[in-house]
Amino acid sequence: MSGARLSSPAELTRRGLLKAGGALLVGFALIDPLARPARAQFGPPPGPDREKIDSWIIIHADSTATVLIGFVELGQGATTALPQVAAEELDLDMDQVRVVAHETEVTPFQGGTYSSSAIANGRPQVQRAAAEARAELLRRASQHLGAPLADLATARGVVSVRGDGGRQVTYGQLLGDRPFEISMTGEAPLKNPSAYRIVGQRAARPDLAEKVMGHRTYVQHLRLPQMLHARIVRPRGQGAFGAPPRLLALDEASIAGMGDARVVRENDFLAIVASREWDAVRAARALRAEWDIPASLPDSADLYNAMRRGVAAVQVVLEEGTPGEGSVHSVRFAAETPYQAHATMAPNCALADVKADGARVWASSQDIYALRGSLARLLGLDPLAVTVQFAEGSGTYGHSLYDDVALGAALLSQKMGVPVRLQYERADEHGWDTFGPAHIGEVAIACDAAGKLTSYSYDGWQHSWAFVETTEQMARGTPARGWPMGPSRSVNPAVCGGMYALPYRKLTDHVLATEEWPRGAWLRSPLDLSFTFASEQAVDVLAAQAGLDPVAFRRLNIADARWLGVLDAAAEASGWTGPELPPSGSLLRGRGVGLGTHLKGWGAAVADVEVDPESGRVRILHIWGALDAGCTVNPDIVDAQITGQLVQTVSRMLLEEVHFTPQGVTTLDWNSYKVARFSDCPEITPVIVQHLDQPSSGAGEEVMAAASAAIANAFHAATGKRMATFPFTPERVRAVLAG
Amino acid sequence: MNDDEAGATQLSVNGEARRVASDPATPLLYVLADELDLKGPRFGCGMAQCGSCSVLIDGREVRSCVVPLASALGKDVVTAEGIARWYSPDSTLHPLQDELIAAQAPQCGFCYGGMVVKAAELLAANPAPSRAQIVAHMDGHICRCGTYPRLLTAIERAAARMRGETA
Repeated sequence: MSGARLSSPAELTRRGLLKAGGALLVGFALIDPLARPARAQFGPPPGPDREKIDSWIIIHADSTATVLIGFVELGQGATTALPQVAAEELDLDMDQVRVVAHETEVTPFQGGTYSSSAIANGRPQVQRAAAEARAELLRRASQHLGAPLADLATARGVVSVRGDGGRQVTYGQLLGDRPFEISMTGEAPLKNPSAYRIVGQRAARPDLAEKVMGHRTYVQHLRLPQMLHARIVRPRGQGAFGAPPRLLALDEASIAGMGDARVVRENDFLAIVASREWDAVRAARALRAEWDIPASLPDSADLYNAMRRGVAAVQVVLEEGTPGEGSVHSVRFAAETPYQAHATMAPNCALADVKADGARVWASSQDIYALRGSLARLLGLDPLAVTVQFAEGSGTYGHSLYDDVALGAALLSQKMGVPVRLQYERADEHGWDTFGPAHIGEVAIACDAAGKLTSYSYDGWQHSWAFVETTEQMARGTPARGWPMGPSRSVNPAVCGGMYALPYRKLTDHVLATEEWPRGAWLRSPLDLSFTFASEQAVDVLAAQAGLDPVAFRRLNIADARWLGVLDAAAEASGWTGPELPPSGSLLRGRGVGLGTHLKGWGAAVADVEVDPESGRVRILHIWGALDAGCTVNPDIVDAQITGQLVQTVSRMLLEEVHFTPQGVTTLDWNSYKVARFSDCPEITPVIVQHLDQPSSGAGEEVMAAASAAIANAFHAATGKRMATFPFTPERVRAVLAG
Repeated sequence: MNDDEAGATQLSVNGEARRVASDPATPLLYVLADELDLKGPRFGCGMAQCGSCSVLIDGREVRSCVVPLASALGKDVVTAEGIARWYSPDSTLHPLQDELIAAQAPQCGFCYGGMVVKAAELLAANPAPSRAQIVAHMDGHICRCGTYPRLLTAIERAAARMRGETA
């Protein structure tokens, strides 16, 4: 049979990671995920005991180490940077550490790989485990060599006695391929950052050679014997989350003669399976199915009016302080921003092998533990009988359909009794994505005669995320249910005024009912581009009223030294002298600045924008993005992350918008949902503000909000007009310039 | 053309004659991925919009998700896996691939199977492409991670290296 070789489950157990004869390492904490109310509240699920060194680090006979990491590779470089952290604390070099595939029961639970948490949360966990491992190795070396701990030095996995280089022992000799069998002591010293050799340095990513040579294995490439290929059949484009389509009639004769392709149905969940992939594809296209598709959405042309009409609850997120004295300038500014899609390069794909007593699923989920719970529920299996192995897909930038497709593959495998590979088509991915939700923001801010901010309020209209995947809805009739409001779905205190010293601040959610709108989920820097698009434009308007330069006004009001550090870094890199840029012939040009982050970290951006007043075409010429992520473990990876964020921000500000009619989403491909291409890409200058002695915060999404604001403010600098919605399409720009 | 296996057809892929059984109307991508286990051309859209599935047929880049097997018969198909040997029979990396690694260009890397093919097509035809020519040539290929800046740098450095201007 074809495709990538898959190891059997037996080969992939933790025991298999040690040589034969190694002791059993796994200690389960028996927690039933089903007993918990919602996955957002899950504590550590069953899996390797995180208090055991063996759950994290394995030392081999050749003194190399395997690091078990609970975060997944999304193309962001987490599986390079976390081994750097381990190598640093273990006094190994990068060629002496490796990672294993992320899998429930094999790798420790570190939380899902979202909110840019892999380094922020993962670094202290891996650092602690590696430090504990090194301390234990030194303790054993001290006994072995008969030398006091204080006299020992370590390098490349060799422990030697200072001043007596001949007396030495290797990590491999002390422990090779045997377990530590001890718990964390909590007393192992961490290395002083001033002694770092690996953390804070560039280290090449081990996955990139395969990626440019063309033989990298993605989840899309996995194959099993007897496997069937599958495609789903759904109406083209979702309606409201709470109004899934109903399958009324089916004409199975419409796919006659397409190899062995056949229809599989579970209530309203409809799919084609076939031995050959192309037969599944063409049968899914040809299958005649009649659906009941309710008119469940507003038209996207009336979206923002409908949102204002649809408020289900008003909730104060935060109110603090009292308004300062002497307000003389004030601004109200409102902005409306659309649904945007993850639009992954690869439509999602998963492989499932479900048997009567257990299941094994390969998926590119950001959270394989939560997925295991969902799979167990759908399949009627004990969660401990379900194994999920992470397999890399394309970049996902948040919650795309990786779990939905895994559930579908598993359901089909259970029904067919053979392994099933389910691959979504482009229209499935674009049409049934869990989108970044639309938003309306209204900002009211004021300052005194000197330009000091006196009060800040932000009202946001948006809905929460869909908790139930479409596959579950259609196969089981599971009712639509949203996540409760919370971080990344409520008005965000970190970006809505959080960068400024404010005597008074009030943040309010105007909550829409999740079921009445397209499915929502986290999309890279969730809602933050919208928040700063409104808030940081208002700040610029206020600065102008106070007669201050936008950078000077921000310096005057900034909350702390870290914010000031990134603002100065971006201003200095761009050579900021003010927002005015000379026009280029008939093309207007301007420069803008913005501040922003996601949940942690500090971001600032400056953008140069060019506007053709005749055509309405906007071009971003150059963006400088400065990020303080505390200790940046691998500056080259973070440089790339900043670059990717800035390019995606250009894309989202100029091009991206989900359209729909009452019957459903209509932006189903790369022509109707455009994203940035080479010709849209500006010059990009990433700036890293390094603090090796600080904790690491995220680096995957913390500059985007600053950049969206910088672009909006630069548009104003070029044209004298303010955009109140994005993307900046030529039609919208012409209308604003004419207004 | 046909040999012992009934209905089998010979297809030249990456310099080797391969036997395939798919119907000639099958899009080439499914033949390459499912029958021949190649991982370079990757399904992205099935509509020739994104470039993830690009291969060379007789030196010209095509979208294998829409080109039928029939139109590749009797011609030379080259995928990302074969681009180094297509450039030079004894090389294991195309200069472009070297430069992409040096620049640490990919993030998820999914689009690179097509990016490598498309850029190699350009470098074979134009030893000194301008930045504008590179952008125009590559503009049909999407990278959602936004790695365009490092890609552009790597293509320019590869061109310089192929002209003998750098080591």
